[in-house]
Formats: sequence, structure tokens, C-alpha cells
Amino acid sequence: MKTVITTRIARRFEELRRAGELGLVAYITAGDPTLEASERIVLALAEAGADVIELGVPFSDPLADGPVIQRASERALHSGTTLRGVLDLVGRLRTKTEVPFVLFSYYNPVLQMGLEKFAAAAAEVGADGALITDITPEEAGDYRAAMHARELDTVFLAAPTSTEARLKLIAEASTGFLYVISRTGVTGAQNALAEELPALVRRVRGATSLPIAVGFGISHPGHVSLLGGLADAAVVGSALVAEIEKAQSAEAAATAIAAKARMLKEAARRGISRRESSR
Amino acid sequence: MSVAAQTWPDARGRFGPYGGRYVPETLMAPLEELERAYEAARADASFAAHLNAELKDFAGRPTPLQLASRLTEHLGGARIYLKREDLLHTGAHKINNCLGQGLLAVRMGKKRIIAETGAGQHGVASATVAARLGLECVVYMGTEDMERQRLNVSRMRMLNAEVVGVDAGSRTLKDAINEAMRDWVTNVRTTHYLLGSVLGAHPYPRMVRDFHACIGREARAQILAAEKRLPDWLVACVGGGSNAIGLFYEFLGDASVKMIGVEAGGRGTGLGEHAARLAFQAGFSGARPGVLQGTYSCVLQTPDGQIAPTHSVSAGLDYPAVGPEHAWLAEQGRAEYTAASDEAAIDAARTLARTEGIIPALESAHALAEVIRRAPKMKHGEIVIANLSGRGDKDMEILEKYL
Ligand SMILES: Cc1ncc(COP(=O)(O)O)c(C=O)c1O
Repeated sequence: MKTVITTRIARRFEELRRAGELGLVAYITAGDPTLEASERIVLALAEAGADVIELGVPFSDPLADGPVIQRASERALHSGTTLRGVLDLVGRLRTKTEVPFVLFSYYNPVLQMGLEKFAAAAAEVGADGALITDITPEEAGDYRAAMHARELDTVFLAAPTSTEARLKLIAEASTGFLYVISRTGVTGAQNALAEELPALVRRVRGATSLPIAVGFGISHPGHVSLLGGLADAAVVGSALVAEIEKAQSAEAAATAIAAKARMLKEAARRGISRRESSR
Repeated sequence: MSVAAQTWPDARGRFGPYGGRYVPETLMAPLEELERAYEAARADASFAAHLNAELKDFAGRPTPLQLASRLTEHLGGARIYLKREDLLHTGAHKINNCLGQGLLAVRMGKKRIIAETGAGQHGVASATVAARLGLECVVYMGTEDMERQRLNVSRMRMLNAEVVGVDAGSRTLKDAINEAMRDWVTNVRTTHYLLGSVLGAHPYPRMVRDFHACIGREARAQILAAEKRLPDWLVACVGGGSNAIGLFYEFLGDASVKMIGVEAGGRGTGLGEHAARLAFQAGFSGARPGVLQGTYSCVLQTPDGQIAPTHSVSAGLDYPAVGPEHAWLAEQGRAEYTAASDEAAIDAARTLARTEGIIPALESAHALAEVIRRAPKMKHGEIVIANLSGRGDKDMEILEKYL
């Protein structure tokens, strides 16, 4: 058995479960277009009701991302954003909000900082966990050890192509929550959710008792409502990042993104959560 | 060194500490499927027979091992042999791997292949094999490479492949691989990713090596027949490292055979001016172990772990990481890695054209530049085999400027 760590993430999902409410996990790329802008946007998101915030660490070669997040990464790198800068941002935010933070990164920047140094710094600034896009349980032994030693959650991805054996591995390696990729593909908003999604989420449920967040392609309140009764949280990324791209200023971005988050959260509250329906 | 060297990678795709599998979860099951399919094909004599027949009748294997007598005389040192991969159908070694993976794709029931290409040779070979096997083919290529290797873009289109220009990042090979991986992660159920070098996640570095190992197998038999002994040196250029490992692999157990991989020295030793990942002894900076595009190897990068831009006159060598097996051979000191500058490569291409009547690809010209630098200092009895990985037709627009 895993030792039960009560992180901010676990506590938030427990509150959601009690309230019978679908959670909203909001992704933005940190440093897009600047770290100062991100600070305002994140606070606006937290206030608008985001339950968990994923902060993307920009990377030069984001091979799992679609055009919207690719461009966000470019903007963030252009303004000089580094992993260290993102950690410092979390530190500043932590003095102002208790919303859980998950660092969302490709492996190389973390590896170059050093796994233990990364975990120590993440814990120190008040981050709650990490999700590394291009690392799977097989290669994650040292990373998990470093993270768990600091009581940080390690979120892993499950995909439509994952076999039962792989789902078991992923469930064992994950803490906090498990992130289900709704479809094969890269990040990016889509009109319709994959038809295979309910079956996929049920398969994942069979492998884990952790909360399940579903992401990739989720952009409309309608998508979020559909996830009620199926998943524990909806992850929205590209649809929020697109608002930043459109906005003329950090202030406008924060306003637009908060409005979007509020609308999505409203849909999440209206959706029946799985827990409630099964109670 | 002997037997142990031949057992890499281990079951997890590691060459010492290098290699492995660093991909989004969506690609893990497909990589496992590919590994199983490849193992099954390897154990199936009919697969080998089919592949060998295609290599012989369609691609033109075996390729000659030619004594470069006028180049040898011109340099006045070691005896120089050229392994003539440039004579293969499509004009480079790349077809060896494309035929292998193409037949594997058919075996796996995949009707669509995708590929990345830098110099365009892998793209042309992929398009060629797709046409031969009746598969749909999409090739991703950086727009800078489309510009400098224009002839190959036309060849691919003639062969009915769709060439998709990639305008991101440095608009070269690395960016083409990112885009190919995005396609693969999206269409993984119907599509085989025909990766063109000993890069990427396990099992690619091993599988691509195996499909090119025929180069060294032939060369070893050919040199024994011609000289009654093994060569002293093997020299090959290293982009991802497929033609080099193809030549080296069969000789790894022969302790007396020294191996040199030649990277792109570009126009200087600073980060961004070259693509030398392993030639740090020659003063090239910026490479450290890291993860790029599925594998842990030596990568040109900034201190923050962002992948660095690279430069080479040769599109096929212009890439910030190197095959994990080369990182391991370098670390063990089994092979030595050095770099040749843009200028040295162009000079070498001219020298080969005028002494032997062969216009080499700019990639291969990097290997020749090292031969030209070293051979005069070698003893007369010493034997060098250089891998002439491709022919230079595709590079004429660049070479023309230096006539
Ligand atoms: C003729 C030729 N040689 C060498 C290379 C470099 O690749 P590798 O290092 O995998 O042999 C290329 C790549 O495009 C090529 O076209």
C-alpha cells in the first residue's frame, strides 16, 4: 500500500467529492507572455473557481502539444522563462492563494536541474505535484522517489491506447489524481469529445481509486457537463491559453480567462458527479 | 570488449545509461507492439528472405567496397577504401532501413507511413518504399531544409508522397521529428512512424541499427577478401548515427579496428554554430546528457535544458542530439568522435570529385574530410574504410556556389 499523503491536491478532491462536484483543472503555460502576467492570470483563475492549476513549464520542443500551446511556449521562452522562474512564480503565488499547483513539464528541463533539486525547490515554494509529459512509470523510478520524499504528488497520464497492464502501472505510480487523455493526439481544443471516452474512463476506474481528471480537447461548458457523472475533474488548457493569445494586455487576459473559467466551473457544478450518482 | 559489445541494448532499450523510452503515454503501447512485431519478424526466416531479396533486386545490395586509388595516392598515407552506399537506389544508405521498416509496417497491417527528413534522403527512401509496397506516405521536413534540398522535395512528390513543411523552431530536422511525432500520436492506430536514424525511443535505435548492419557485414567480408586482413580504421559521418553504426556494428568485437565518427563542425565551436554532440575533445561546447525526442543521449542544450539551435551546411547532420549507442561508444572510448567544419566538408567533396570521379553527399563529405586530414599522417600499410553514405546530386545547388 502507498502511504497516504494528504496534499493540497488530495484535500481538494476530497472536498469536491463531498460536495458532489466535478472539479476544474486549469492549465496555462507559465511565462506566457510574461511571468508577471501569469501571476495575475493564475490569481484570477483561482478566484474564478479553478480547483487545481497546472503551470506549464515552457520547452523548446513541445512534441505532445498542438499549435496553441506550442505558441504559448514560444512566447514564454521569448520572455526568458526558465524552470527556476516558474518555481519562483509558484513561491510568490503561494503567499496569496491556497489553490493546488501542479508543475507540468517535459522531462529535460527537470532533469537538467536535477531530480532532487527540483523536488526540493518545488516543495519549498509550495508546489503540490508535477506531471511530466514524456516520462512514463517505467523510466520514472528516481523521479518518483525524489518527489515522494518531499511529499509531492506525481501525476501520470493514461491514454486510450494504454493496455490494462499499463493502466495498472500508471495507477501504481500516480498520486494525487490520475490524468486521462481523452483521445489520441496532441493538446488542443476540439468540438466533440471522443466516443470512446466513457469506456476509457471506466477502464481507468477499474485500475485506480484515485480521482480521475480528463483532459485534451475540452473547451466548452457542454464538454464539462458531459464529464459530470463520469470523471472527477475536467482539465481545460488550450481553450484558456487561446484567451491569453487573443488578449491585448495581461489585465484583459486575466479578465477573459476568469470569465471562461467561471463559465466552465458553473457547468461543472451543474454536472452530476460520479460520486454523487453512485452514492 | 568483444561479445559484451554486441548485447546492447538491454531489455529496456539501454546502451549503458543511454537510450530508453521517453514518450507520451499514448505512444507506449504502440512502441511495445512495434517491439514485439520486430522480434517476431527477426525470428521469421521468411521476413529475412523477403528483405534480402528487396535489398538485392530493388536497392542494389551488396554495394562495392572500392579502393580509392587516386585519393590514396593524392594523400600519400593509408590505403583508402570507400563503402559505396551512394550507389544504392535513391542514392544513400537510408533505403536499407526503409525497406526493413516498410516490410515491418506491412506485416503489422499499417497502411500509412510517416517520416521526417533532413537532407531529404530518408524522405525519398521512405516515399520510394511506400510506392513499392503500396502504402500512403507523409513526410515532414523543415522549411529551411526544403529550401536547401529542393531536388529531394520534388523527388518525394514525384513518388506521390505528401511533403509537409514544418515552420517551427529552427525549421530543420529536429522540428520535423516533433511534427512527425505529433502526427504519430494522433494517428497511431493506422500509422507506422518510419524513423530515419538510430534515434527516438526503444526499439528504434536498435532496429534501425540492425537494418543498417548489412553495411559493416559486407564491408568486413569485402576487406578480408581484398586485403586478407581487417581494416585499421573505420570512418563515417554522424547525424543521428545510422550510417556510422551500420558500418561499425559488425566490427565492434574486433579490438584492433579503430572507429571514428565525424560530426558537423559547422562554422565554429560555440553553441549554435555546430552540431557536434560528442566531439567535446575537439573543443565543441554545449552538449550534456539529456532527453530529446524519446531517448536519453548527449544533447546540445542551454543550462536550463532548452534544446539549442544547431548549424551545419549539411541538413542531414544538423541535429542537436545523437543516437544513444554512439553516446555509449564514446563514453567507453570504443569509438572516437570528431567534427569537420562546413568548409572542410566542401573541400573534401571537391577533392573526391576530382580524384575519384565521385560527388559525395555533403554529409558523407564530413567523413571524407576527416580521412583527408588523417590519412597523410598514417603509415602506408594502414587501411581505412570510409562510409560513402550518399551521393551529392541533392547538394549541387550548394556546391555550385563553391565551384
Ligand atoms: C547521405 C547521408 N549520410 C548521412 C546522413 C546522416 O544520418 P545518419 O547519421 O543517421 O547516417 C544523412 C541524413 O540525411 C544522409 O542523407
